[in-house]
Amino acid sequence: MGKIRLIIWREFITRVRKPSFLIMTFLGPLLLVGGIGLVVFLGMQEGGIQNIVVIDKAQLLTNKLKETDDLKFFYEPADISDSVFKASPYTAMIEVNPLVLENNTIQIFYKSLPSQSTQNYISSQIESVLEREKLRVNNVDPVTYQRIKTALKIQLFDIDKQGKRSYDQIKAGIGFAFGYLIFFFIFLYGVQVMRGVMEEKQNRVVEVLISSVKPFQLMMGKIVGVAMVGLTQFLLWVFLSLLLGFIGLGLAKDTISASALQDATPQVTTQLQNQMGGQAAKFEANSDSAEQLGVMMTIWDELPVTWILLLFLFYFLGGYLLYSSLFAAMGAAVDGEADTQQFMLPITVPMIIAIFIAQTAVYNPDGPAVFWCSIIPFTSPVVMMVRIATGNAFAHPWELALSMVLLIATFIFTTWLAGRIYRTGILMYGKKVSWKELGKWLFYKG
Amino acid sequence: MLAVENIVKRFGDHVALDGVSMEIPEGKIFGLLGPNGAGKTTLIRIVTRITGPDSGRVLLNGKLMTAKDVELMGYLPEERGLYKKMKVGEQSLYLARLKGMSKQDATTQLKAWFERWEMSGWWNKKVEELSKGMAQKVQFITTVLHRPQLLILDEPFSGFDPINAELIRTEILRLSAEGVTVMLSTHNMGSVEELCEHIALIDKSHVVLDGSVKDIRKQFSNATYRVEFKGSSVAFANALAYHGELLDPKQDGDFCTARVRLLHNATLNNVLAATLPVAQILGVHEEVPSMHEIFIRAVSHVDPAQVSTGTTE
Repeated sequence: MGKIRLIIWREFITRVRKPSFLIMTFLGPLLLVGGIGLVVFLGMQEGGIQNIVVIDKAQLLTNKLKETDDLKFFYEPADISDSVFKASPYTAMIEVNPLVLENNTIQIFYKSLPSQSTQNYISSQIESVLEREKLRVNNVDPVTYQRIKTALKIQLFDIDKQGKRSYDQIKAGIGFAFGYLIFFFIFLYGVQVMRGVMEEKQNRVVEVLISSVKPFQLMMGKIVGVAMVGLTQFLLWVFLSLLLGFIGLGLAKDTISASALQDATPQVTTQLQNQMGGQAAKFEANSDSAEQLGVMMTIWDELPVTWILLLFLFYFLGGYLLYSSLFAAMGAAVDGEADTQQFMLPITVPMIIAIFIAQTAVYNPDGPAVFWCSIIPFTSPVVMMVRIATGNAFAHPWELALSMVLLIATFIFTTWLAGRIYRTGILMYGKKVSWKELGKWLFYKG
Repeated sequence: MLAVENIVKRFGDHVALDGVSMEIPEGKIFGLLGPNGAGKTTLIRIVTRITGPDSGRVLLNGKLMTAKDVELMGYLPEERGLYKKMKVGEQSLYLARLKGMSKQDATTQLKAWFERWEMSGWWNKKVEELSKGMAQKVQFITTVLHRPQLLILDEPFSGFDPINAELIRTEILRLSAEGVTVMLSTHNMGSVEELCEHIALIDKSHVVLDGSVKDIRKQFSNATYRVEFKGSSVAFANALAYHGELLDPKQDGDFCTARVRLLHNATLNNVLAATLPVAQILGVHEEVPSMHEIFIRAVSHVDPAQVSTGTTE
């Protein structure tokens, strides 16, 4: 046992010390949080000031649209030809046809595509103006209209959980995120195991090593060592992401409330915008921040968090052991990276299927494909996570138990299988390995 | 020290070793010879417990070898290498600890070796920064660091310049003098003659020769002598009569050198008695077959007379 610990230690420390590990560890969360931040930021930001000319022949909108610092409206009562528009300083041209009150359609011609937030802003501005116009034409009192206006919200209930609203879809999404994480880690670190094995074989260091330790010890040492690297990186990512997330959220709060104050003017048209104000309102159409918080709290309460984390760890390790042993066998069987192709496909295909099925499980966690894929060990680590998050797995404890037992049995089998291929493969040089050859290796006497 | 008994090893349809037995005497340098593909590496891998035999057993000091015994062995494989990205000192320590050494013991030993071979400055270098010869030296040290009782060296001199090869040769002799049993597999017949007291030759999965170098040489002796004499080669040949035949005579005025092969169980005394009347014998040396010649004859079953290269006196 002392020797295997030594191997694990070497595999761990040499990888953790690599500059690439440190870079990935610190860059990963930065990229993740930064990436999300960037998307949000870019969505909010427009490249420079937008000067939009509104061709308003019916004089419906003229001087009624509210401008912002970055968005200016100009009004023209007659058509502008394309060439004139192209030569003008206007960035976009809105054509309001005189029948807009009937067909509810406008056209925007642009020089560079306006951002989604700009489009949303224009849309909400024009909508409210048109609404007021329609109310006037139809002699409807705006107050009455606000009472009539209906924004329907659907509340889902599971009949088995009386009296509680169901957020299965959101929970399934969370489960999918966990499943995706497992998928991602299996590939990232499975390939590292394969590379490590290939490195030892190509270096010819392997024959020295296995005169001291058994090939199986060497293989398991590497698999466990790399798993520890993965867990370390994962935990560091979680920690750093949370840290960065909180910092980012703190910063974002300041800027949002500042801009909200600026934008909040008495002209705000809908109730909704009264509550939310400014930029945020454009994103969170038709929802209520207080209610959202409530939903999040409910989901958090309902999610079997401890179980999810424990089972995540279980399926993560089980799936990783299963696949990384296959990766190790493949690394041992081939002479170089180029030869891995033929063996790579049978390993990747089940994982791709798993991700695909897990996606459908988010919408339909009870389907037969989801059931089978959550039992079959090659796909269960990813697919079962969705069922666990929705609570579906706990409603069928036997299926969960069967899936777990099968996963354990299969990874014991694949590590045994991989061990047999490994010990023959690492000493085999200059031989193009076929599937038939691999089959023969299984029956060589150790 | 080490005995292998009736080892059989198959890879699919191919029989790599077929009933191989041999004994390696304690404290001696033992040469394991054979052409490429004869099964030497497979035998070494069985002895080092890298693979197991299909049947047969390996005994160490009279007892069946166990997994723990690998710590008593030092193995330098022919296909050898180190982790390129790891530092020399750290890597040597790792390999030593895999052989069961404590960290402290390994560090002390390693420092002593590095000092003796003047490579203390290499400790924090990565292996990829070393030359091939330097890396080979590190590799040799990691093989012997844990003071093995049995040292198995597969082509230990390959990759070394003559100076470093000499360093390794001296080191092997020193370890042997300290009582370490050495199993040496090489194609370099010169070093076999220099170092080995016992050899075994494997050909086509079988042991075809086994024993002390002295005995084997005697066994392969051609009963041929190199003779220098004063007189006529024709007269000498006539005088030899049925005791032997005269080969490659070279007459140089009165002097002649030639080779004499004894025939019909004649002895050197018979030859001398027959030829003394006609020639003045200046010198006689027995032609001892070289290991090179023995190797080729044992493996290819070529007529001994046709193998004339590399003979020594």
